[in-house]
Amino acid sequence: MSSGEVIPAGLDVAAANEPGKAKASGDILGFWVFLMSDAVIFALLFATYGVMLSRTAGGPTPAATYKMAPAFIETLLLLTSSFTFGMASVAMKHGASRRQMLGWMAVTLLLGAAFLGLELHDFATMFGAGAFPTRSGYLSAFFALVPLHGLHVLAGGLWMVVMMIQLMTFGLDARVKVNIQRLGLFWHFLDIVWIAIFSVVYLQGLIR
Amino acid sequence: MKTLASDKHRDVQAYVTGYGLAVALTGAAFAAVRWQTFAASTTLAVVLGLALVQLVVRFRFFLHVNLSRSSRDNLWLILFSVLIIALMVSGTLVILFNLRQRMM
Repeated sequence: MSSGEVIPAGLDVAAANEPGKAKASGDILGFWVFLMSDAVIFALLFATYGVMLSRTAGGPTPAATYKMAPAFIETLLLLTSSFTFGMASVAMKHGASRRQMLGWMAVTLLLGAAFLGLELHDFATMFGAGAFPTRSGYLSAFFALVPLHGLHVLAGGLWMVVMMIQLMTFGLDARVKVNIQRLGLFWHFLDIVWIAIFSVVYLQGLIR
Repeated sequence: MKTLASDKHRDVQAYVTGYGLAVALTGAAFAAVRWQTFAASTTLAVVLGLALVQLVVRFRFFLHVNLSRSSRDNLWLILFSVLIIALMVSGTLVILFNLRQRMM
């Protein structure tokens, strides 16, 4: 556990076993490359949203469409889930019991599911108010950007279930460890994308 | 065993610090819009500024990217991606807003 060695960013869980370390850090860096290319996709959807923002075609406007309270609760849910996954990573690094890890991952999964449920409810409310993707350029851009993030959270949730099953079946071997580390990076990354969504989409739309 | 325990304490501490800062920054951004006191453009600047600070907080405390040598590779990768994103997003916005103005 000596510090000052060359390790990849992310919680350094492989520090204990030296031989697998170089490979593990390469695996993690590769996943960072994926995350950054995903960030480029989101960034361009944000740019599209910015261009389309004023193109409401006489339909619902951002100020009339967004509700602050659900957006705030969704933000807190996702933020807390990021923290609980961090606790699962700490448990993994410091050799806590498997049950403790599974517990933190289950809490993370539940928070993610609650986020998705609330987001779907938001979309249903928007549909009910006549805010369809086909209504205007602005709504097309909105429904390209925000549900794509939701799909990422869904994929992260499924991945979480898979990792929990692998953890129960195989125990904490090197492969499972690296994959849980990757899942952690993915999950924190999604939360970072959400910061941009609640700031640029929801809060900007609600400013009077 | 003693060092392991303090190691763990430090790791937990990083997440707790990051969580606290993130909650405070999120709350501040929502409060700035909920009880809006500034002009619209100033409020937008405040919200975007708080988002940028929170971005740094998340990378530092949740993704453990810092200025140490150990995460230098990641930092270069992230900074390069930021450059690409800044070029593409600002380019898109400049060109399309300019085009809109010309077509008015």
